[in-house]
Amino acid sequence: MILEVDNLQIHYSTRDGTARAVDGASFVVPEGRIVGLVGESGCGKTTAVRAIMGVLAENGRQAGGRVVFKGQAMDEATTRRLRWRDIAYVPQSAMSSLDPVYTVGSQLIEVLTKRGGFSRTAARARSVELFDLVGLNERRLADYPHQFSGGMRQRAAIAIALALEPSLLLADEPVTALDVIVQRQILDVLRSLQQRLKVSMVLVTHDISVVAYLCDEVVVMYAGQVVESGPVREVLARPRHPYTMGLRNAFPDLLSDALELVPIGGSPPDLREPLSGCRFVPRCPFAQPACSLDTAMSGNGAHQSACRRDSEADTLRTAALDPRTWQRSSSFAMS
Amino acid sequence: MAALVELRDVVKHFPVTRSLGEIVRGAHPAVHALDGVTFDVGDGDAVAIVGESGCGKTTLGRLMLKLVEPTGGAITFAGAPMAGLAGERLRDFRRQAQLVFQNPFDALNPRFTIYRAVVEPLINAGIDKAEHADRVASAFRRVHLADFDRYFDRYPHQLSGGQLQRVVMARALVLGPRFLVADEPVSMLDVSVRAGILALLREVRETMGLTAVYISHDLALVRYLCERTLVMYLGRVVEDAPTEEIVRRPRHPYTQALVAAVPVPDPDQSRQPLPIKGNVPDAREPPSGCSFRDRCPHAMPRCAAETPLLRATADGHRIACHLE
Repeated sequence: MILEVDNLQIHYSTRDGTARAVDGASFVVPEGRIVGLVGESGCGKTTAVRAIMGVLAENGRQAGGRVVFKGQAMDEATTRRLRWRDIAYVPQSAMSSLDPVYTVGSQLIEVLTKRGGFSRTAARARSVELFDLVGLNERRLADYPHQFSGGMRQRAAIAIALALEPSLLLADEPVTALDVIVQRQILDVLRSLQQRLKVSMVLVTHDISVVAYLCDEVVVMYAGQVVESGPVREVLARPRHPYTMGLRNAFPDLLSDALELVPIGGSPPDLREPLSGCRFVPRCPFAQPACSLDTAMSGNGAHQSACRRDSEADTLRTAALDPRTWQRSSSFAMS
Repeated sequence: MAALVELRDVVKHFPVTRSLGEIVRGAHPAVHALDGVTFDVGDGDAVAIVGESGCGKTTLGRLMLKLVEPTGGAITFAGAPMAGLAGERLRDFRRQAQLVFQNPFDALNPRFTIYRAVVEPLINAGIDKAEHADRVASAFRRVHLADFDRYFDRYPHQLSGGQLQRVVMARALVLGPRFLVADEPVSMLDVSVRAGILALLREVRETMGLTAVYISHDLALVRYLCERTLVMYLGRVVEDAPTEEIVRRPRHPYTQALVAAVPVPDPDQSRQPLPIKGNVPDAREPPSGCSFRDRCPHAMPRCAAETPLLRATADGHRIACHLE
């Protein structure tokens, strides 16, 4: 395992109290694998990768749990030492991660010389190499970020993240807001990095299709917790947690014959409120009284889920395909 | 079926800032947002317009609502030329044609209560005040916002994205329009709420007998909304066919690339390499002839010399390609 996240707790202090953005999340990233972190907005996926990278917002703090990278428990000092060198991060908006007043090439050279100890000549050569790696023409090194299209900016942000040959790349929604053809080109760049450089990756996304296309493993988060994880093929074909089943049903599929999408009614809970038991209960069509107790992840082998009714997963999955199952919880009343 | 909206050879150019050299040469460069677009939207139909950013799809939507004027060509609404609409007839058109915005978080004034946001179109249209409360209530019922009177005094920031998009739709529907243009109506919403909004769009279209145009970059989504899809590339329509045909049997090489690029939520999908390379060229200097030719795997000399026209095929597509 290149990365182990164990019972991670991240709290944000807000005017209205403490928000438990990540509330006991555990998952692992095997060496050389791409792990997709999926869930709705506000489920804690971005917070989790920012915590791993040590770049939480000012009001955020790690309140518990640990992050282990290559067998070494991370504290503030090790995070600072490993950041960019061993663990790199492509933030959500590549637009804002590039400085508009410097050419893209000079930003790349700065990372290489200041952080990587490259000489300017070596840095220049390495920049050309990196641009080639992500499919950008070296002539573009002299351009400013505004001269780049959205897809090119995303490629440049990936090139900068890869500058110091990290072994783990954290990418937050790397293809959201890009056109499908550009999206596909970026996903293919990421795949070739995994294959050619053996980079391990955590890919934060809300898009199950992106996970299906690129990832080996998937971790499904809901309300700051992991509710299901396992090999992508297993989890998408046979989801065991009702939230994953709901997500799968709600997702448009270009090739399916079903011409109806089924929404998951309601919205995720307010993380500033004290919560216990399964967080999905208010939206779950299969909830029972016992679901108000906390449930640990369980399952045979790599495919794990945190559902009280896990033994009935096959029956629930069939019921979940029927749109009427979800109607009970889909009123839009104000909570 | 009669057409509600007809576009004939519609052209829209946006002037751009000139460089010194261009001023000296007397050149007037322009972005060719639309370059000769012709199609009809049948009364009661739902038509999707898909394409990548910069293909002109948003401009097309704005032209159909008379929010911008075309540089050339003609658009008619219910048989009347839109260019000539003014005074009372323009106000009448504004009541009949409505826009659903892309981003519900920006579409509503943050200082207005939800009630104010939805009643505003009624005030602007000069509807008798005695009718306001009933009409607003009926619009909220249409978008399935339960206990709607509890929303009236709230402000946009107190609502979730899904609730906001329902309010945006209530605002678009409150005047009882005939024609709706929705620009990426769900792209800003979470997956779990998207499905509900799509179902709602379908439902209001059926119950109110609306004609609708949906603008989107996402073929997978428009499948759930529209029977017919137009594919645009650099200001031109390159293919026009029933949506299922576009998805299952795309004919234009660009449509084929678009369909191949859409990821599907199935890890066992075949991962065919993208059939095209490169990026959309600069709309200021589109290639001669077919604007897709420099990315097209089938390009031939004729494609550079001659712009392909949109022609009907035997199987009900309209395609702009010399291969046909």
